[in-house]
Parts: sequence; structure tokens; C-alpha cells
Amino acid sequence: MTFASILIQLLNGLAAAASLFLVSAGLSLIFGVTRIVNFAHGSLYMLGLYGAYTLIQALGRTPLGFWSAVLLAALLVGLAGVLIEVLILRRIYRAPELFQLLATFAVVLVIKDIALFVWGAEDLVGPRAPGLGMAVEILGKRIPAYDLLLIAIGPVVLAALWLLLTRTRWGALVRAATQDREMVGALGVDQAKLFTSVFFVGSVLAGLGGALQIPREPANLELDLSVIADAFVVTVVGGLGSIGGAFLAAIIIGVAKAFCIGIGTVTWFGTEIVFSKLTLVVEFLIMALVLVVRPYGLLGRPQAAQRIATDPAPPLTAPSWKIAAIWLVLLVAVPLAADRYVTILLTDIFCFALFAVSLHFIMGPAGMVSFGHAAYFGLGAYAAGLLFKRAGLPMEAALVLAPLCAGAFAVVYGWFCVRLSGVYLAMLTLAFAQISWSIVFQWDSFTGGSNGVFGVWPSAWLADKTTYYYLALACCGAGIALLWRVLFSPFGFVLRAGRDSPLRAEAIGIDLRGFQWAAFVLVGALAGLAGAVYAFSKGSISPSAISIAQSTDGLIMVLLGGVETLTGPIAGAAIFTWLRDEVARRTEFWRAVMGLVILAIVLLFPQGLVGGLKALAARWRERPA
Amino acid sequence: MSGAVLQVEGLHKAFGGVQAVADVSFAVSAGEMLALVGPNGAGKSTCFNMLNGQLAPDHGIVRLDGRDIVGLRPSAIWRLGVGRTFQITATFASLSVRENVQMALYSHAGRLRSLLSRFGTAYRAEADGLLQQVGMLDQADRTCGVLAYGDLKRVELAMALANQPRLLLMDEPTAGMAPRERVALMELAAGLARKRAIAVLFTEHDMDVVFSQADRIIVLDRGQLIAGGTPEEVRANPAVRAVYLGGTH
Repeated sequence: MTFASILIQLLNGLAAAASLFLVSAGLSLIFGVTRIVNFAHGSLYMLGLYGAYTLIQALGRTPLGFWSAVLLAALLVGLAGVLIEVLILRRIYRAPELFQLLATFAVVLVIKDIALFVWGAEDLVGPRAPGLGMAVEILGKRIPAYDLLLIAIGPVVLAALWLLLTRTRWGALVRAATQDREMVGALGVDQAKLFTSVFFVGSVLAGLGGALQIPREPANLELDLSVIADAFVVTVVGGLGSIGGAFLAAIIIGVAKAFCIGIGTVTWFGTEIVFSKLTLVVEFLIMALVLVVRPYGLLGRPQAAQRIATDPAPPLTAPSWKIAAIWLVLLVAVPLAADRYVTILLTDIFCFALFAVSLHFIMGPAGMVSFGHAAYFGLGAYAAGLLFKRAGLPMEAALVLAPLCAGAFAVVYGWFCVRLSGVYLAMLTLAFAQISWSIVFQWDSFTGGSNGVFGVWPSAWLADKTTYYYLALACCGAGIALLWRVLFSPFGFVLRAGRDSPLRAEAIGIDLRGFQWAAFVLVGALAGLAGAVYAFSKGSISPSAISIAQSTDGLIMVLLGGVETLTGPIAGAAIFTWLRDEVARRTEFWRAVMGLVILAIVLLFPQGLVGGLKALAARWRERPA
Repeated sequence: MSGAVLQVEGLHKAFGGVQAVADVSFAVSAGEMLALVGPNGAGKSTCFNMLNGQLAPDHGIVRLDGRDIVGLRPSAIWRLGVGRTFQITATFASLSVRENVQMALYSHAGRLRSLLSRFGTAYRAEADGLLQQVGMLDQADRTCGVLAYGDLKRVELAMALANQPRLLLMDEPTAGMAPRERVALMELAAGLARKRAIAVLFTEHDMDVVFSQADRIIVLDRGQLIAGGTPEEVRANPAVRAVYLGGTH
């Protein structure tokens, strides 16, 4: 690489870093003050991009039209953020963190479908910035003038934010609330106004980040989740709640990605390595490295202890084997009475039930929230498919080995994950899921890339849908029974104890990390089993099995059913799978419908469906005679 | 002191420029109740956290039965026979009182790695025996998350006793309890310590508790030991009077 090309890649990276910084700064600001991880932040970015596209058409392609469109789009996104805060989040600030998360997922679904309805499914390519369409020549290479402007915008916004935070009363309140939210409340500050204003500023930043990309990036419906993943990486690398950290991290990530693209294809020791396809991998590797070396990010500080202790988890009641047996008998009898459609739907439900139960195991009793549980489901599915198609193993062998492969990945990922806790842990799990996804997605020659693997069919004796139904019931039922059994073993009690009080666990001689690591591997393998069974039931696998959307589906299932009961995740998986199937057959906008249903549940039953029903039942029993 | 269970020599810890603990040395022998007292911010908790492995000292030696334990993790130190209660109680809130104690007993026996056996069938009688000793047997089936603060302190004591400790570290064991409860809990601890020949090191703000229960008292001020001796000696020590009552040395 010549000096000139290094410089060019550096400038490319800095230009890309600008929007990354804006959206991450907004996310970080909102998290710092409200302690809400706003999954919908990528959606706000997407709205900014779409909004700018439409507004430029309306206001004309003049410099004035372009820049007023960009600013107007950012402000409108800010108002959308206010709407989300006032209508939804304000009602659930006291709910458990995970419920706030679920609500922001729901918002992601709704916004995606609003964008689909308004702007359609086609990518929209925006105009170049009027007056800045030319390129500037630097050391014989051409750089778009707009990129140079973007490079300048990053530091300008950083300076503006810094002034806002250090020189105004509002900024002082934001900084105080970031350090100690309860104290600020106790001092008589109107929290509702503060939170709404922070949401406004954070959303404007996201909207601006999106709108500024209009000359560089087509507006499309996949942006919401890909941007939020990038923004997570940046905020975590920089340190949650630190604006300066976000700036630094955005530059590191932006430049690293630009260099990957710049390096292109390199042959090392006879192996061709396509660096330009490894951008996601590099980004997430940086994050994993930073988190292991500096668990609170480059410029972050350990999260201040929250004074208002959340209610301790209630005791876990063992499932009744009698009721389980009744369900089993009913499920065994279903194919005798029901049609093919019901059998296939139930087969799906079995797979997702095991997926949800394994996620619940790790996030509920073991207290380690995973945003990337689909990694193991998807890797199990791919392992099954690839062992069957590429290694030529019999289907039965592939089905047995696939969970072991998923478990092997969990050994590696889990080693990093158990070193962190809370939001950082959750984001690292998401990072690993994204690494897996990007490798699978981009390794065309081995995994089939975006098309996936086809022709993954069960052996002849299992090919019949009814027979396969029984296989799925047996595999998933056994998996769920195993996980429940382990929860009530000494090992399971250690996990629950470690969630309740890591300090006490260490003080009675328990090396918690080892147990948590083992738990990661166990649930990884069983999620992998669910994926493998699913793969053979569908006959094909696509990268969506590892996607963030698949991970969030799992979270929705668990939270929908209720994280505090064992049967909740199964109920959640069944209801979610059935509902999605029903809605998807009726409308193109099934995501929005699902999102609204989830919002209704979050606002009405903050303990999940099963938890809510139990609470209702308890109130019914305790009613005055 | 040859029979010392715990021996601390030249313990140092600085946070940034602040010398939290400076050149602290003392020893506790089996069956002895040693109180570590001092005003707020004197370095008591820092001292404690270095003894059980939560904090690494800058330098200094901590010996348990003659063995240097600096650098060991809290879990390893527990396995050598050190029980601990915390200033702010730490118990497993979603488990029952009995299960809490059983956790410690299972851990002591090295039986926590089992994935398929059912927890709670073993060590039931032992757990109940410990709960009986601290007066919590009647609440054995209640969930720790719903207990009153004073009761949680008792559960902690029972858990700390589960591995037949040589040394018991109690950081403000009676904080947050009613005055009458305080003396009762410390009498209980002292009785158990003497009966089982356990060395006890505790910090305490309630001077009634300190002077009635401690065999010896050491006084920490701004990170340094300024006095030590029997309750009578310490009571009469002018340096101690100066720290607590103000005035010149």
C-alpha cells in the first residue's frame, strides 16, 4: 500500500465515522440518562434517511433545499423520538429493564412496516449533495468533496454536544442524571421533562446521522438492525454514556472498516483472504478485544450502582410432571386428529420452544441476558445442513453432531461473555451473533451465502410429516426436560445463586465463571439442537436463522411468556409462532401488527403473559369474601 | 504470637494518592474475638476486603494458619476456612433460608458440579442444625428475599459457619439491627467462636457491642493502627479518646 492509498482509506474511514458517531452519541446519551437500551435507535436513523429522501424531492435539489431537508428530517425524527418516549417508554420506566427492551423491539417492528408502507420495499437512491458533487484531488487520488464535509461534521457535532453538556443547565442535569439518576430525581428535577428532552436530542442525532448519508447510501429497510448493531459496537467500545468515547470508537471502527475494504483480497500462505468481506468480523473483533481488556469500554466507567434495588427474582417452582405428562399425551395424539397444517405449525413451535427455553435458562435463572442467542440456533442449523450436504453424513449423524458444533462455538464465545455482565454482556453476545451471521452470509462457496443451504431433508423413514413431528417432539421435549432438570440440580442452583449475589457465591467458595461458562455451552448446544431439528423440518437454511431478528424473536418469546416462570417461554414461543403465522397470512404488514400486540402486552402485563395470569389468579384468590 | 490463626503484617493499600491502609499489623488467635474499630473512613472495610481476597494489597502479608493467602481469590480463601459476613447482607434472595445454608454445605463438600441430581436432598439436617444455632430454624422454608434485615444477618452467620471455619470475618455484623438484637447476635457469635475455637475479626460502630463482646480491640485511624489492647486498655488510651472525642493527642 502506498502512502496515498493509506491516506485515502483513512479519509474514507473518517467520513464513514461521522454518521456512526452521531447515531452512537444519541444512543449513548439516551442510555446514560434513562438506562434504556433503545433498540429502535437504528430505526430512527433509517427514518432520517428516508425522510431526507422525500424532503429533498419536495424542497428541490438546490443547496438550500438539500440542507433544509437534512435538518428538517433530523428534527422530525427528533419528534418521532419524543412520541415514542411519551406514548410508550414513559409508562414503563419502573418496569424491569428487559421489558423496556421488549418495548423498543416492538417499536423497531412498527417503524419498519411504516417505512415499508410509505416508501415501499425498493432501495431508494438519494441525490448527490448539490454543489458538493465534485471530487477533490489529494495525492493523485480523488475524494468526494461531500466526504470531506462529513469528516468535518463529526468534530463539530462533538464540540457542540460538549458545549451543550458542560455549559448549559440542561447539560448539567444530563450529566448528573447519567451519574446518579435517583439523586437527580430526589433533588426535585422534573424527570419526565428531562427524559423527553434527552430522547429528543438523541433522536435528532440519529435522524441527522441518517439524513447526512443520503448522498452516500441508498435508503433501505434493512438499515434499522444493521445500524443498531454498529451503534452498539461503537457505544460499547467507547464506553456507554461517554460521548467522547463514542467519537473515538466511531473513528476506530470506521477507519478499520475502510482499511478492510481498501486491502481487498490478499493471498496468505496460498489461502485467499477477502478482507473487504470481513468488515463486520473486524468490527466485532475490535469490540470483543476491547471488552476483554477494558470491560467498560475505552472511556467508560463502571455503571453506577442503582440505589433502588430491583425486586429480587421470585423463587422458581418446579414444573408439575403430571401436567407435563398430560400435555405430552395431548401432543402425541394431535396428528391422529389434526390436519397437516397443524402438525407442521406444531413442529415449528417445538423447535422455537426449545430455543426459547434455552434462552430463558441463560437469561432468567442464570442472569446472563443474551441479545444474540440465534447464533447457536443458526450455527446448529448450518452445522446440520453442512454436515449433511458437504460432509455427506447421514441425516441422523448430522442431527446428533450439530448440537455439539453449536456447543463448540459456545465454548469460544462463552469464554469472553462470562467475563462481562449486564448490558455489556448482552451486547457482546449480539456481537458474536453478528460475527457468525456475517461469516455465514459472506462465505458463499461454503455456506451458500445469502441463499443458504438447500435440500436438507430427513432420511426416508423420517420424511413423513407426522413421523418428523414425533421426532421434533422427542428431541425438543427431551431438551426442555433436560434444561429444567438441570435448573433444579446443584449446578442450576449455583447459577441462580450467582445471579442473586455473585459476592456471596464467591464468599462460599464458588468460582462462578466456570459454572456460567458451562451453562453457556449447555444452552448453546441445546439451541443448536433446536436449530438442527428446524433445518431438517424446512429442508433449507438461510442466514436469517442467525440474524438479529431471530435473536429478538427469542427474546420476545421469553418476555412475552414471562421470564420468571418456567412454562412462560413455551407459552411465549407457541403464541408468538402461531400469531406470526396467522398475521403473516393476512397482511403484508405483519411486523407492525406483532409490534402493536407486543406493546399492548408490555403496557398491560409487565410480568409477561404467564406471570400476569398468575398475578391475576393470586388476586382472585385473595379477594375479600 | 505462635498460635495465631490470622496474622497480618505491614498491610498497605493506596487508592490514587490516598493511603487507605498503611502498615497495619495484627493477629487473631483461635477462640478470640478481635474488634477492629475506628471512625468512618478509617480504612476498616478496605482492610477487610484485603483479608478475604476482594482487594489486592499494595504490599504486606496475610497469613492464615501460617500460609500466605495474598493473591488468592475469595473462593479459594473460603476453602481454606474463612467465613465472611458482609456490611450489606449478601444472600441468595430467590432461594429459601435452608437452601442458602445448603449451598454453603454443598460447596464445602465439593458437590455443586452435579448436573442431574436434585439439589436440596443432602445436608438438610446439617443445614437445620446451623439454622437452629442462629435461631432461624422456624423460618427455614421462607425465601431470603422476604426476610427482615436482622434475620438476614443470622442467615449469613449460619452460611459463614457452614465450612467449619478457622476464621470468621464479620464486617459490621449488627449494622441496621435494633440495639437489643445487636448484643444478642454478637453474644451468639462469641459463644460459637469460643465453643468451636474460631478466631473472629469484626468491625463495629456500636461501642456497647464492642466493649461487651471483644476480647481485644484494635483502633484504626486514617489508615493506621493507633492503639490496641483489652477493652479496658483501649478505653483508657488517650490517643483513642482524641480520635473519638476530638482534642489534642
